[in-house]
Amino acid sequence: MDYLIAIGLEVVSGIASLVLISIGLAVVFGMMKVINLAHGEFLMMGGYATIAASKAGINIWIAILVIAPLVVGLVGLVVERLVIRHLYGRVIDTMLATWGLSLLFIGLVTTVFGNTTSGISSPLGAVNIGPIGFSAYKFFIVAVAVAVIVTLYLLFKLSRFGLIARATMQNADMSAALGVDPARVYAATFAIGSALAGLAGGVLAPVTGVVPSIGAAFVAKAFITVIGGGSAVLVGTLSASGIFATVNQLASFATTPVIGEVALLGAAIILLRLFPRGITGRFFKGRI
Amino acid sequence: MSMKRRDFLKTALASSAAIALSPGLVGNAQAATDILVGSIHDLSGGLDAYGKPMQDAMVFAAEEINAAGGLLGRQIKIVTKDPQSSMQQYAQLAQELALRDKVAVLHGGITSASREVIRPIMRKTNTLYFYNTQYEGGVCDRNTFCTGQTPAQNLATAVPDIMRRWGKKIYIVAADYNYGQIVSQWVKKYALENGGNVLSIDYFPLDVTEFGPTVQKIQAASPDFVFSALVGGAHVSFYRQWAAAGLKGKIPMASSTFSHGQEHIVLNAPESDGILVSGNYFPSIDNPANKAFTAAWAKRFGADYPYITELAAATYQGMHLWAKSVSKAGTLDRAKVLEALESGMSFDGPTGRVSIDPATHHCTMDIRLGEVKEKKWSIRETWPQRAPLDTSSVCDLIKNPGENQQFVIKI
Repeated sequence: MDYLIAIGLEVVSGIASLVLISIGLAVVFGMMKVINLAHGEFLMMGGYATIAASKAGINIWIAILVIAPLVVGLVGLVVERLVIRHLYGRVIDTMLATWGLSLLFIGLVTTVFGNTTSGISSPLGAVNIGPIGFSAYKFFIVAVAVAVIVTLYLLFKLSRFGLIARATMQNADMSAALGVDPARVYAATFAIGSALAGLAGGVLAPVTGVVPSIGAAFVAKAFITVIGGGSAVLVGTLSASGIFATVNQLASFATTPVIGEVALLGAAIILLRLFPRGITGRFFKGRI
Repeated sequence: MSMKRRDFLKTALASSAAIALSPGLVGNAQAATDILVGSIHDLSGGLDAYGKPMQDAMVFAAEEINAAGGLLGRQIKIVTKDPQSSMQQYAQLAQELALRDKVAVLHGGITSASREVIRPIMRKTNTLYFYNTQYEGGVCDRNTFCTGQTPAQNLATAVPDIMRRWGKKIYIVAADYNYGQIVSQWVKKYALENGGNVLSIDYFPLDVTEFGPTVQKIQAASPDFVFSALVGGAHVSFYRQWAAAGLKGKIPMASSTFSHGQEHIVLNAPESDGILVSGNYFPSIDNPANKAFTAAWAKRFGADYPYITELAAATYQGMHLWAKSVSKAGTLDRAKVLEALESGMSFDGPTGRVSIDPATHHCTMDIRLGEVKEKKWSIRETWPQRAPLDTSSVCDLIKNPGENQQFVIKI
């Protein structure tokens, strides 16, 4: 029984991690149809921002929850102004440009921090559920994921910015005719997506450690989740994360983490064969 | 640092022009008098924590030999290559060292995978090769010398000793390549021979960082202790996640690799205290040679040097074994140096006596069991002069000098 609870908790924390890893990409891709191949590096920079800030003596929670999203959000803003805005509507060109950016970021971070694994210890400690010990930090990851989803829902569904953003994504010319400046909406959305990636990198840094090339491990999972989820940003990410993380964690328990990753990819292939437009291409149509 | 063809042509043209213009200088060119020694260790990438101390040990040993008058009246010069934890780079850089720099000997390679890339290249180019890492055993090649310890040396005594301390049920976690796979089987063999029981062996590729399900599986299996043969920067996450789940005080842990990648320096003390590791070298070894060694090391690299690893000590010993053999042979000629190395060459260094076994080209040495506490090691046991019995059960280079393979020893 305790073991089942432990498995359940691992599955939930796995879903939360996957939601965090992919939500930034989902916002950028879902709202702007921009494929950001540097997404993994945004996460990586969030991790480094957290570790550098924490080693500089800043409180770890501030480093994770404030510094990481702030730093990467600013990087995102600069990237949007300098690169992305010239390429709206040109999917292939954006992919190439962001892929180049990812290489640039890996190089820059390697130059500054060295090509070596850095890490910090997980704060919080352990909780015991019956005889099974469990890292309390995983509850924090789940809490952050829930908070991110709820905040994004409120932002896009209820706020004036959300309304304008959704309108711009649906028809930029029409909203421009109504007095909205699409360029500013795009810039803000991209910065939000980047900040979310930074937050995810910061939250995961104490669990995985960071190395300049860690982005590659994240970006693949994030893409599979976003594509598997389909066009609805929040519902899609949630449902795809739910399916993929459950498959991954259960397979990891039954066998090894390697088979777990294989199972995740296998599930993604089957899912996309059944629903080529993602889960929300079939269900939950018209949701955010 | 690879040279582009255009750069190479430029340099070649420039230098040949310089030589043509100043024939008197040629005889004094530094390259002609220094003995070049190749050093190929990962100084960046996931294995840099292993490679950097080994590289420092190369430099340290060379400077020591040079300060004592050099070798055959000449100075040693280390030619350093960084393969960046990538196997393709190993192949290319090893060839460069052998063919372009024509080094007298090559020291290096960290993982068993990289050794198997280097070894055939060195054999083909008739360049002596020293592999200074503890590994799974079985390499049988007259051109190669292995100065690190192998399972029959460290695990044969350590596994039963640890079982006496903690109990008979073992859960093994290991890196997923030849080292981890073979060493796990050795642990299993020694556990079974001593009435123990291996509950499970889990393998992890070197880039795995998420160990959540594994931590839960181990708890559910409730072993008496965990044996880790994990390798590299990514796997450090395992020890973190283990401690984060509050298991540090509950299930003890032993390892054949912990500390070789400076894990106990990277982790904080509560995350690593109490882990037992068996090996040849710990900086706290209490003998005059080691005290002098650590003092000189601190003087050369700073008192705040992170940690002199076992692999660094083995590299240092490997350099000295080679240098002593060159002195004895009185020449750099490979065949003569080989003969000197095979004459039962030994070196009394910081770990005590290390001597080359002529039949296997492995070393007989002292093995110790260390326990980490506050990032320092206290030595719990010492087993003097352990011979490489695993490799010698399959390899006899005196009888079959043409042998060239890594035996997979039947366990």
